[in-house]
Amino acid sequence: MLSDKDRIFTNLYGREDWRLAGARKRGDWSGTKEIMAKGQDWIIDEMKASGLRGRGGAGFPTGMKWSFMPKKSDGRPSFLVVNADEGEPGTCKDRDMLRHDPHKLIEGCLLGGYAMRCRAAYIYIRGELIREAETLQAAIDECYDAGLIGKNACGSGYDFDVYVHRGAGAYICGEEMALIESLEGKPGKPRLKPPFPAASGVWGCPTTVNNVETIAVAPTILRRGASWFASFGRPNNTGTKVYCISGHVNEPCNVEESMSIPLRELIDKHCGGVRGGWDNLLAVIPGGSSTPLIPKAVCDTILMDFDALREAKSGLGTAAVIVMDKSTDLIKAISRLAKFYMHESCGQCTPCREGTGWMWRMLERMAKGNATVDEIDMLLDVANEIDGHTICALGDGAAWPVQGLIRHFRPVIEDRIRTARLKPLPTAAE
Amino acid sequence: MSAPAAAPFAFTPANVEQANAIVAKYPQGKQQSALLPLLDLAQRQNDGWLPRAAMDHVAAFLGLAPIRVYEVATFYTMYNLRPIGRHHVQVCTTTPCWLRGSDQVLDACKKRLGVDVGETTPDGKFTLSEVECLAACVNAPVAWIGDDFYEDIDGASMTRILDDLAAGKQPKPGPQVKRQTSAPVSGAKTLKDA
Repeated sequence: MLSDKDRIFTNLYGREDWRLAGARKRGDWSGTKEIMAKGQDWIIDEMKASGLRGRGGAGFPTGMKWSFMPKKSDGRPSFLVVNADEGEPGTCKDRDMLRHDPHKLIEGCLLGGYAMRCRAAYIYIRGELIREAETLQAAIDECYDAGLIGKNACGSGYDFDVYVHRGAGAYICGEEMALIESLEGKPGKPRLKPPFPAASGVWGCPTTVNNVETIAVAPTILRRGASWFASFGRPNNTGTKVYCISGHVNEPCNVEESMSIPLRELIDKHCGGVRGGWDNLLAVIPGGSSTPLIPKAVCDTILMDFDALREAKSGLGTAAVIVMDKSTDLIKAISRLAKFYMHESCGQCTPCREGTGWMWRMLERMAKGNATVDEIDMLLDVANEIDGHTICALGDGAAWPVQGLIRHFRPVIEDRIRTARLKPLPTAAE
Repeated sequence: MSAPAAAPFAFTPANVEQANAIVAKYPQGKQQSALLPLLDLAQRQNDGWLPRAAMDHVAAFLGLAPIRVYEVATFYTMYNLRPIGRHHVQVCTTTPCWLRGSDQVLDACKKRLGVDVGETTPDGKFTLSEVECLAACVNAPVAWIGDDFYEDIDGASMTRILDDLAAGKQPKPGPQVKRQTSAPVSGAKTLKDA
């Protein structure tokens, strides 16, 4: 188990003061000016050496992403945009960082923004997180008052602003191009890439979009060193990670642990085990709703990291672990996710706009057994037609849970259909 | 647009000041970026919903064509284009909440309020909605009312919350069981000496 001294989010549960005084006691904002004095290249090299991969789901190497930003301005300012539009079902880690450790995020904005030569950071927080946005804004105000951001931030000679921008209820705005559109005051409809944000992002300016956790861990990495961070987890999967474990465990919770921790250890040590014991486990969605479920046999030994879960045809995603025990109607569980994607599709791309509704309607029928067995292949075909054929990854994320269900639990759907067909036809009232 | 007709709308002087402060967050000439927060401000001023007059006012305030505002107001779920109950009770029913009993929570709401999803009580006090994932899944099931989340709820605690609101009392937000935020219910297993 990761020891407390190696945890970054030492106020994850909000036991202590989130304000500047409390944050300083936990080590935030110490030596920030000295880190900046080491220079932009040093910061980016250190981030690269830490092996940090983006914590929003895609897992792109952070240092490399930062290095894509222009070193010399062509006249346009550059911006850092923080994706706090947390909404991937199962995921609730950014919320704790925003409400209990906001100073880690703000300091990360300054250090990352400085390294990328940005003028300002915009933190796009989902509209529903009203109290969290209030806390974050209050923390930003404290930083301005203390001279930590704004003109001559931390006495570094560098000017840097941090703003909060609230969304208004749209999962799609967690997609970086939709987020940029939304930040410009438009419907959250993803733009085609290229151009990538580093070339043309918000207001046509060079932009990097990073997840809250990615930015919030940066100051600690830069203070304690890349090698410290890289000492956790497996190569290519380094660092610590905040996991969210929900569903059928005895004690759902958020917890910061090492990358590559065995799933079973995560559940048994931190969540009081699966409801009814490990043998009562049916399946786990390991990284938020978009990642295909894995059956118990895989859960027995799987490690929680990018590469292990990819090999198991799933993904680490946001490390939001949704646990389902044997009482779960898996077809209903996945059908509800299909409904979610139908509701959240922005409607631009036909495969996603139409396909998400098809998948939900077919799954709803299959949950009742009101289908034919050959329709399972038809459902898989619809999922495959969406996967990879849309502007953004929402379509993929909608298709993957359905593909995962059929990959691992096709017999369950077949049984449901056959059992329903064996039932006597409804007769007239007696 | 088929938003119901309503009285004319204009920001109060206090909200004009706030709106200007919001616009100032964005680079010059990029005032459209203030559209989402300004619609929220207008909605809060107007009992929780946006009549066309409010959208038109925001359009004029930002110098935008009204359609630019309508297409945003209709895209995002947090904007209500019809009058809404004083308490908008939004129960999350996405899979992580469903796994932990959101059906029972929703049933308790329907029973206590005597309305179905999408309906408002005759006294105008409550509107009941289903909502998609609220990002508080380790505290499932979750309901969102006003500016607060109510977490770790079940049918009984949900009914109690609604009773309190009906009686004009403010129920305590957050976990409805003895628990510190997102820590395990029996107490944190980490960060103990913190």
